[in-house]
Amino acid sequence: MPGLGTSFGRGAMTTSFWDIPNADVVVFMGSNAAENHPISFKWFLRAKQKGAKIIVVDPRFTRTASKADMWLPFRSGSDIAVLGGLINYAITHNKIHRDYVVKYTNASLLVNPNFKFEEGLFSGWDAQTKKYNQATWSFQTGPDGALLRDDTLTNPATVYQHIKRIYGEYTSERVSEISGISVEDFNKFAEIVTSTGQAGKSAVFAYAMGWTQHTKGVQNIRCSTLLQMLLGNVGVPGGGIAALRGHANVQGATDLAVLYHDLPGYLGQPTEAHKTLAEFLDKTTTKQSYWINKPKFMVSLLKAWYGKAATKANDFAYDYIPKMAGNATYSHYDIFQSVLDGKVEGLLCMGQNPAVGSANAKKVHAALAKLKWLVHVDLFDNETGEFWKLDGMDASAIDTEIFFLPAAGPLEKEGSFTNSHRLLQWKHKAIEPLGESRSDGWYINELGKRLKKLYASSTAAKDAPIRDLVWEYDHPEHPDDFDHLKVLKEINGYDMTTGKPVAGFGALKDDGTTACGCWIYSGVYPEEGVNKADARKRGAPNREDGWTEAKKDGSADYLHLGWAFAWPANRRILYNRASADPQGKTWGKVPLVWWDDAGKKWAGCDVPDMLPVEPGKVHAAGVPGDTPFIMKAQGMGGIWGPLADGPLPVHYEPVESPIQNPLYKQSTVPNARTFGSEHDKFGTTAEFPYVVTTYRLTEHQTSGVMTRTLGFLAEAFARPFVEISRELAQEQGIRNGGLVEVSSARGKVKVQAMVTNRVKPLKMGAKLVHVIGLPIHWGPKSGHVQGDIANTLTPQAIDVNVQIQESKVFLGNVKKA
Amino acid sequence: MQVNRREFLKLSGVSAAGAAVVLFADERKALAQDLKEHRITKAKEVPTVCPHCSVGCGMIAYVKEGELLQLEGNPDSPISEGSLCPKGAASMQFAYDAVGKANPLRQLKAKYRKPGATAWEEIDLEKALDMIAERVKETRDKSFVATNKDGLTVNRNEGLAHLGSACIDNEECYLVTKLMRSLGVVYLEHHARI
Amino acid sequence: MGRTATLAAWRPDPGNPKQQVAMLVDTTECIGCKACEVACKQWNQNEYRINQELGTYQSHPSLDAQTWTLIKFIEREDEDGVNQWLMQKHNCMHCSEAGCVTACPTDALHYGDYGVVTLDQEKCIGCAYCEPACPFDAIHVDKSAFRQTAQKAGKCTLCFDRISNAMQPACVSTCPTDCIKYGDRGELLKWAYARVEQLKAMGYANANVYGDKELGGLHELYVLLEKPEVYGLPVNPTLSKRLTFWKYGLQPVGKAILGAALFGMVINWFAARRTFKGGHGPGEEAEAPASLHD
Repeated sequence: MPGLGTSFGRGAMTTSFWDIPNADVVVFMGSNAAENHPISFKWFLRAKQKGAKIIVVDPRFTRTASKADMWLPFRSGSDIAVLGGLINYAITHNKIHRDYVVKYTNASLLVNPNFKFEEGLFSGWDAQTKKYNQATWSFQTGPDGALLRDDTLTNPATVYQHIKRIYGEYTSERVSEISGISVEDFNKFAEIVTSTGQAGKSAVFAYAMGWTQHTKGVQNIRCSTLLQMLLGNVGVPGGGIAALRGHANVQGATDLAVLYHDLPGYLGQPTEAHKTLAEFLDKTTTKQSYWINKPKFMVSLLKAWYGKAATKANDFAYDYIPKMAGNATYSHYDIFQSVLDGKVEGLLCMGQNPAVGSANAKKVHAALAKLKWLVHVDLFDNETGEFWKLDGMDASAIDTEIFFLPAAGPLEKEGSFTNSHRLLQWKHKAIEPLGESRSDGWYINELGKRLKKLYASSTAAKDAPIRDLVWEYDHPEHPDDFDHLKVLKEINGYDMTTGKPVAGFGALKDDGTTACGCWIYSGVYPEEGVNKADARKRGAPNREDGWTEAKKDGSADYLHLGWAFAWPANRRILYNRASADPQGKTWGKVPLVWWDDAGKKWAGCDVPDMLPVEPGKVHAAGVPGDTPFIMKAQGMGGIWGPLADGPLPVHYEPVESPIQNPLYKQSTVPNARTFGSEHDKFGTTAEFPYVVTTYRLTEHQTSGVMTRTLGFLAEAFARPFVEISRELAQEQGIRNGGLVEVSSARGKVKVQAMVTNRVKPLKMGAKLVHVIGLPIHWGPKSGHVQGDIANTLTPQAIDVNVQIQESKVFLGNVKKA
Repeated sequence: MQVNRREFLKLSGVSAAGAAVVLFADERKALAQDLKEHRITKAKEVPTVCPHCSVGCGMIAYVKEGELLQLEGNPDSPISEGSLCPKGAASMQFAYDAVGKANPLRQLKAKYRKPGATAWEEIDLEKALDMIAERVKETRDKSFVATNKDGLTVNRNEGLAHLGSACIDNEECYLVTKLMRSLGVVYLEHHARI
Repeated sequence: MGRTATLAAWRPDPGNPKQQVAMLVDTTECIGCKACEVACKQWNQNEYRINQELGTYQSHPSLDAQTWTLIKFIEREDEDGVNQWLMQKHNCMHCSEAGCVTACPTDALHYGDYGVVTLDQEKCIGCAYCEPACPFDAIHVDKSAFRQTAQKAGKCTLCFDRISNAMQPACVSTCPTDCIKYGDRGELLKWAYARVEQLKAMGYANANVYGDKELGGLHELYVLLEKPEVYGLPVNPTLSKRLTFWKYGLQPVGKAILGAALFGMVINWFAARRTFKGGHGPGEEAEAPASLHD
C-alpha cells in the first residue's frame, strides 16, 4: 500500500480494531464495514455507543449507512475532490492541529523553487514518455546539506503553502459540483470531521477497495493521510487510517511479497538499475530512518534462501534473485496481457479465480485459452480451471493442458494468517484433509523438491539458485504435510551458527551470521517451541458488557498485547509516539506511549513505536526523539510524497467519466495505464450514460468460489442483481425484480433489477447523473448458484503506482432485457 | 493482570458457552425436562481463524474422534468475542454440509485435461506433480533470460507466472515467494492487486 | 449491555424451570448480515433451500420448516424523507398464549420450561393446524412434495438444547453486533425500556418495545425504531375464541371418546387427505382458514 507507505513509512493499517472505540468521528469512505467486515463493525458501533459520529460517504445507502448518523451519496471517483475539500475547509477555518503539523510532518520543509502545478500537471511532465521527471519535486537544502524549513509555515515555498494553494480551489461549491454532495451537507460533514483537528480529539477513516480500485487509488489514500496528518489524527488514540483488507491473509501475502515488485518485509525487488547488492541497498534505502538497518534484513533473507551458498564473496548470492527489466511491470494485468502477447505460457494459479474476479473478464478468458499449460489448485471447480467450459468457448480448439490439484480446506490445515491490523494468528488443524486433498504448502514443497531433483545434475550457472536453494520442509511425521513450524522459524529468523531462533529483528546482522525470511515478522517465534502467533492471553475485561476499553491512567491492556503477535515488534498502533507531544507527554484523551523521565525510556500500554532516544535528542539512525514516523527520513510524516503521478493528490476524472474535469485542463490521471489489446475498449456517455460501480455483499466473498459453494451462503443471497434508483427505473420502464441487461464497452450481463431508494440520482451543478451498482460475486459455472460475471463490464484501466484496476467506476447502460 | 477471558468469567462466578457444557453437566439432572446430550458435549475444541475476510475472527471447531461436529465463534478471541458473520458461520461447509455429509462440490481428486479435451480425466496425484515439475522446468529453460544486453546477470524467467494467494497461510506464501523467485519468476502476484 | 458479563455468561436456573428467559433484538444495531440465519441452520442441521425472491436482500420469502430465523428488510423513508433501511430478525416469538399450542391436536406443541414453546417432533403429525393459528407466520410444516408422508412442523426452539446446557442460542452467540441478547426476560425488558428512552432522547420519537404484553408476553422481544406495523408485526394480536374452544373444549372431549392415539390418527387422516388432494403444493402459501383465526 504505497499510499500509506509514502505518507507514514509502512504500508499497513495504522490502528487496531480495539482502538476504534476511542474515536470521536468515524468516516467510512471507500468501505462498507457492516457488509464486508461485519465483525469489525462491532468496534465501530462501540465508538458510536460512546458518542462518536458515524459518517458514510458512498454512492449507495449500504447496510453500514443504515447505522450511520449521516449518509452522503456521491459520485464514485470524486473522492479526492471531497477529501481535498476537507483539507481546504480545515485550513481556511483554522482547524488544523498546528503543533502536530509543524513537528511531526514535512509540512514546514521548503520545496524546490522550480516546482509548479498548472492545469492539472506537476512540473517535469514529459508528454512524449508520459512520465514525470521528479527533479523539481525535491526539498531545498542549506549549504551543509540540511533540509531547509520554516516552522511558521508562511514561506510560500513550504509544503504547507503549496497545499493551501492547491486545495484552495476545492471550495464547498466546487466539491458539490464534482461529487454531487450538496454544499450544505458537505459543510456539515466538514465541520464534524475537522472538529478533531486538536489534541484530545480524533477521527478515523476506514477505507477498502472503494478507494483502491481506481486509476488514482493510491492518491485517494494519500489524500486521506494528508487530511489526517493536518488534523493530528495519526498515531493517536481513536485516530488513524483503518485499511480494511479484503481476504483473510491479504496482509500476510503482501508482507511476504507474493507480489512482483517486492521481497518479504518490503525490501523491494531489485531491478537492472541495481547491479550489485551494495547498489541495491544504497539506492533503495531511506536515509535517516530505521531503514538504515536494511542491509541486515536483506543479507539475512539471502542467507535464509541460499544458506552456505550465500557468502560475502558472492554478494550473498544477490544475483540469484531476478532483476526486473528497466521500468517493466509484471502485475496481475500484465500477466494476462503477456499471455496474449505470447510471452507467458505457463500459469500456476493457487486459490484464485481470475476468470471471474479480474477486470475485463472476457480478456482474461481469452488469455487463459492461449496458455500452454495451467495448474489450478483449489477446493472447488471454478471458472478459471474450467474456462474451457464457458459459453462461447470451443473446448476442442483450446490447447491448454490443465492440471487440477485438490486443496485442503481451511479447517484441514494449520498455519498463520495476518489480519487487517497486522496481527499474526495461528490456526490449528481440526480435521485431516478430505479425500486426496493436500495443503497448498505441501504442493509447493513437493514442487520444489521435484525441481531440485530435476536440476540436481545441472552445472549451468542459471540453475544455481535452485541447486543452492535451502529447501527442507518435509514434516518429520506426516508425509502428507509440510513442517509449518520450521517455516515459521525461518520467517522469524535464526542464528546460522547455533540454529536458535532470534528474539527479534534487532538481533539480525549483515555479516551472514543470521538468516531471516521476513524481518518484520521477526519475534513471532523468539525461542524454540514458542509460537507467539498462538499466544492467547487477552487483556482483562473492564466493562460490564465484557470488553476492554482504554483507561485514562493507561492501566488497561485494551490492545491485548498477549493475544497473538503484531508486526513489527508486537506494536498494536503504528506511529503511537504521536500520541504524546513533542516532549513526550500524553496529549490524547487516553495515553498510549510516553517518555518515562525517571526510567529514561519510552513506556506505554502499547509497545512504543520509537527508537530509544529522548525527546530533543537525535538517534544514531538520524531520527530525532520528537518525531514519530521512524521509517521516514528524520521521522517526519510525508505530507509531501513523490509518487509516479505527483507529489500531492489532486482530483482527476476516472478513465470513463460522464464529465470533463471541472478543475483542470488535464482531465484524467496523465499516466494512467491501459493496454490497447482488441479486448480493451472504452466507452463514452453517448452510448453509456450512467456511472457504474461494483461491490461486494455480506453474504459472499469476491468471485464467490468460497461462498456460492457453501449452501447456507448460496441461499442467503442467491442471484446477481443491479441496484438502480427509482427515478432511473421509471425512466427506463424497469420494475423491481425484472430482468435487465447491463452493458459497457467491454460487454454485457443479464441480471435482475433491484429498484431502490438506496441509490439516488446525483445533482452535480446543473447536471443530473445516475449511478448504478453491481455486485461481483457470481460466475456461470461454480457453486450452488450461478450468474453472469459482472467483471465482464469492468475496464483494465490501471493505477500507475500499483497497477490496480478501475472497477469502482466506469460508464455503462441498463435496459430491460 | 492478564487473564484468559474464560478464566475471568469463571472468576466472576459465571461461564462462557464452551466451557459451560462440561462445568454444568451434573446440574442438568436437576432440570425438570429430560435432556438429550447434544452433539458437542465433550467434543475437543480446536481454535482456528476464519478464512474469509481480513478481520481475523476466532473460530472453534468441535471435533470428536476425528469427526467435525460443529463450528462456532471463539469467545476467547478479543477481536470477535465469539461472533461470526454469515460467511464465518458457514465455514463448516467447506468440509461438511451437515455432520457426516461432505460438501458435494468439494473436489477431492487430482484431475487432468489434455489439450483439446472436452472433459476432465482422472490422474494420479504424484504423477500430476511430476508432470507439473517437468512443465515448469521446460518453460523456465525455454524462456530464461540469464543476462541483459549489458551482460548483467538478471536471472529472469519470463515464461512462467504464479497467481495467489491471499487465501493461503503465511508459511505457504513464504514458500511460494522463495521458490518462485529462485526459479527467476517475475510475474508473481496475489489478490492485493485486484 | 452486551453479550458477555450479563448475557453470554448468563444461564437459566437449572432448578427453576418456571423462570422466564427471552431473546431481545435491538433492531437499531442489526446490520442485516444474516449470520443468525446461518448459525441457526448450522446448529440445528437444517437444510439449505435456495428460494430467494427477486428484488430484495431478504433470503427467503418467509420462514419455513427448515428456516427458523430470517432477517426481514424494510426500505422506506421516514417522515422527513430520510432513508431508512430497517432490519428485523424474525422467528418464533414463544408466546405465553400461543396460537400454535392452542391449535395443536396432539400436544406436540406445548409450553416447555423457561417459557419456551416446545415442539416435540415425535408427536407432530404434520397436520399444519398450527400454521394459520400463528399470528406471526413463524411455524411451518414442510410441504416438499417428496416428503409428503414424513412432513413435520419446524420452528425456532430457542435452542433449548443449548440454553439448558448453559450455552447461548446459536443466533445470539454469533451476532456480530451483539444486537441479539438473551437472558432473564424481566432483566431484558428493563434494558429494552431504558434503550427506548435513550433512542427517544436521540430524536427517534417512534422507538418502542414490542413483546412485553402481546399474547400474554412474548419470549422474543424487540426494540423497534418505528411502530410495529412498519415491520409487519401485528398490533395487539389475540387468539380467537374458536381456537381456544377447539383446544380446551373439543380436543379433551375427542380424546376422551376416542383415546388420544386414535384421536391423533383421525386428525392425521384429515391432514393427509388435505395434502394428497392437492392441499398445498410445494412453496405455496397455506390458505389461512378464517375459522381458526380472527
